Amino acid sequence: MTKIIEVNGVSKSYGGVKANTDISIEVEKGGITGLIGPNGSGKTTLFNSIVGYHPIDSGSIKFEGQEISKKPVQDIARLGLLRTFQQTRIYGDMNCVENMLISMPHRKMTIREAFTTNTRADHDRAEHLLDFVGLYEKRFLRSGSLSFGQQKLLEFAMALMNEPTVLLLDEPTAGINPTLINGLIDRLKRANSEFGITLFIIEHNMRVIMNMADRIYCLAHGELLAAGSPTEIQGDQRVVDAYLGAH
Amino acid sequence: MDQIIGNIGLLFEFPIVNLKILLDGIMIGALFALAAYGLALVWGVMNVKNLAQGDFVIAGGYIAWTLDQNGIQPLLGIPAAFLVMWVIGWITYKLVIKRVIERDLFTSLLATFGLAIMFAQIMNLMFGSDTQSIQLDMPTLYFADGFIDVPMSKLVGVVTALSLAFAVILFMKRSRMGQAIRATAQDARAARVLGIDTDKVYSFTFSLNAAICGAAGAIIVMAWVIQPFYGITYSIRAFVIVTAAGLGNLPGVIAAGLGIGALEQYGSHIFGIGYQQAIAVLLLLLVLFIRLLQQRRKRQVLQ
Amino acid sequence: MTILRPIFYLALLAFIIAAPFIAPDFRTQLATLWIFIILSMTWDMTGGQMGYNSLGNILFYGAGMYIAAVVGISIAYNVGEYTNAAGGGIYKFTDTQYFLGMALGLIAAGVLCAGIAWVLGYLLFGLRGPYFAIGTLGAAIAAGELVSNWEWVGGGQGIALPVFPGDDYENAKLFFYYLFAVTGVVLFIFLRWFYTTRFAAAINAIRDDEEKAEAMGLHTLRYKLITWSIAAFFVGIAGGISGYQLIHFEPLETAFQTINLGIFMVVCVLLGGKGTLWGPIIGAILFHVVKEVTWNYLLGWQWVALGALIVITVVYFQDGLMGWLARVKPEWFGERVTEKPALAGEPAE
Ligand SMILES: Nc1ncnc2c1ncn2[C@@H]1O[C@H](COP(=O)(O)OP(=O)(O)OP(=O)(O)O)[C@@H](O)[C@H]1O
Ligand SMILES: [Mg+2]
Repeated sequence: MTKIIEVNGVSKSYGGVKANTDISIEVEKGGITGLIGPNGSGKTTLFNSIVGYHPIDSGSIKFEGQEISKKPVQDIARLGLLRTFQQTRIYGDMNCVENMLISMPHRKMTIREAFTTNTRADHDRAEHLLDFVGLYEKRFLRSGSLSFGQQKLLEFAMALMNEPTVLLLDEPTAGINPTLINGLIDRLKRANSEFGITLFIIEHNMRVIMNMADRIYCLAHGELLAAGSPTEIQGDQRVVDAYLGAH
Repeated sequence: MDQIIGNIGLLFEFPIVNLKILLDGIMIGALFALAAYGLALVWGVMNVKNLAQGDFVIAGGYIAWTLDQNGIQPLLGIPAAFLVMWVIGWITYKLVIKRVIERDLFTSLLATFGLAIMFAQIMNLMFGSDTQSIQLDMPTLYFADGFIDVPMSKLVGVVTALSLAFAVILFMKRSRMGQAIRATAQDARAARVLGIDTDKVYSFTFSLNAAICGAAGAIIVMAWVIQPFYGITYSIRAFVIVTAAGLGNLPGVIAAGLGIGALEQYGSHIFGIGYQQAIAVLLLLLVLFIRLLQQRRKRQVLQ
Repeated sequence: MTILRPIFYLALLAFIIAAPFIAPDFRTQLATLWIFIILSMTWDMTGGQMGYNSLGNILFYGAGMYIAAVVGISIAYNVGEYTNAAGGGIYKFTDTQYFLGMALGLIAAGVLCAGIAWVLGYLLFGLRGPYFAIGTLGAAIAAGELVSNWEWVGGGQGIALPVFPGDDYENAKLFFYYLFAVTGVVLFIFLRWFYTTRFAAAINAIRDDEEKAEAMGLHTLRYKLITWSIAAFFVGIAGGISGYQLIHFEPLETAFQTINLGIFMVVCVLLGGKGTLWGPIIGAILFHVVKEVTWNYLLGWQWVALGALIVITVVYFQDGLMGWLARVKPEWFGERVTEKPALAGEPAE
């Protein structure tokens, strides 16, 4: 197994708040890796550091062996490392299909190709992926009018449209109706197995993450608390304490 | 080119020239800072970037000039301009600004740009396009064997500007309205919850800003010159200063104001008086660019 | 609908060609209308479609005017000497020199203005929202001030170009009308296609959420530079034509006229409707007609009235005509609500 993302000794603070302290994690290529931790433990901060959203204070971040910690967001995204946002970000004034078409992987296009109109196949793919996440009927609705959960699904579909190598998902099941969660788990797994996308997922829902991930990292107070397989994490007293302590 | 090098050489040959340029720059810079303080107030409290700022200044100047033409003691022009511009500011707020506060920033920017054009054109119609100034019966002081001349009128102007600034700052610190303004600037919604009438705060702030600008203009016309279309440059200077200093940074605004004044004087000494407007605007681009690079280091943008 | 569309466009084209003969007294005004249309359409490329509201696009108009003039003069004479003897009348141009100079000048104006936009964009596209607007405004004012101090191009006096060959000035009016019209029609055809491309979708994405667009790996800076450069290309050409049409122009009030044409183009777009193909055109026509009709009745207060018009448009009518139509007649903009047939192989919903 090769490591596709290697985070080594990364620290990041906001003014006085140490959001991440000396974090080292690895994401296996082709797998599903989980990231858990109580609220405010620094999960989103770590994602932001990986995708280049802000400069880190110290440490190193490698993607496919290449140092990326000095690169800006777009350059990293263009390597095929994509993220979704905790507070979904979609183009609210456009309908779902337009959102999908805008998410075409421009990094794989030449300028000449960018100056062409989307093909029938592109439209089909967009609608197929919308169907995949269960938004087919809503595809011509203004996306801003969708519910929070539906917007999360749309953002997931948009990310798939972009054909990433690695996808970082920030709480994909937040706001999703509990009866639909099993379906979403299934889709995430299929995205991983059928499309071959490596997934790195922040998740609060223990059942979901235990069900999917090959390996789980747990953060608490900005530090790496534990790492291991789902069963190891489940049995780890420190993890249980961290979650209980947070409540 | 030769002339530019000659002008630079002059600065080294006669160091005293530097002092003269600096003094001139600091004196006009104090008035830039006054207008910039008003802009920072409006910007910080109601998030309106007022492009008519400079035209308020020029309008204040014409009010004082008109009084002077009618034989009224020029120094009285300052409070008169303050009061009249207060009213004009209030009307402007009620008719236009009130309706753009909640909208996106480009809207308020464009609306105030429209206002700026209107004000400039009205002044052009009323007063003609010649430059105007008020002649005060005040002596000129000479220092350093006559190398440095400081007209008393400029000194009086700067002192008046400083006292006005001091009074406004005191007002913001001590009065109930001042506190309400600062609370609104912090968080308008929270201020409303606390029972502060934010609409009143906004209208007061905008009127106060117009009045401050008016007084600045009345001072400028006594010691320098005004012209209907000079407004935009004053607006741009105010932007430069606020952008360089940041909001709510009073010492920064003063320092940037004096600095801009000095830089402009140096610029027009070196490149010639014809470049004065160009230098003011190029300073804007320079400041924007520096801020942009600072933000880029944090991987953020200037917005 | 499919049959009506070509008929509509053909009729429109016929009208454009016939217009200077239908209203022969208004040839110059019609040419000016084209300037408004071209400037509005290009402003909307960044302002309406990409979310970058420039207040300084007039820079390309002024630069285009100067570039076209300097290139046009330089094929026959030394520019410094020519401008030095402003209007001396000793400099004669043959017909070939005139037209060749103009042609080369217009090409240079377009290309160089695109280049200026590229360089300027590198500096300014890190600014967002109001900072971008103010930064571009500053750039335009600075350009005007610098040019007015540049003696080689005539300083504050500006440049006097040769007059159009021949004695009949109506020919010149027709010539410039059609030159503008061709530029405008080409621009329209270009934009009609441009707005259907993936590239245009990408600049819409930048407008709606640039941070998201970056996170999706769009080459935001490159796309912004390309868009602005294309806009500048057309503005530069329009400026170049204007210079030859005006014969004499000076830097601050004609070329880099920040507070006149520079802001009018924005108002035209707002009047017609931002981010639409037709909005800027309709807005330009509306604005120009109102301006021309009321001009003589306002007795010196025209400029004040225009300032007021800007304020009123911005405050009360910012959605523009198209925005208003979209509100009252959503079905005319129906693509959003029509259901397309289900895909083959997909279960019908
Ligand atoms: N932009 C910011 N400025 C200042 N502090 C921040 C910023 N973003 C996050 N923080 C702080 O950093 C810490 C970690 O925040 P982060 O968003 O990474 O947590 P999280 O693990 O994603 O939490 P949650 O599960 O609630 O999403 C928190 O204490 C938070 O207050
Ligand atoms: Mg989070």
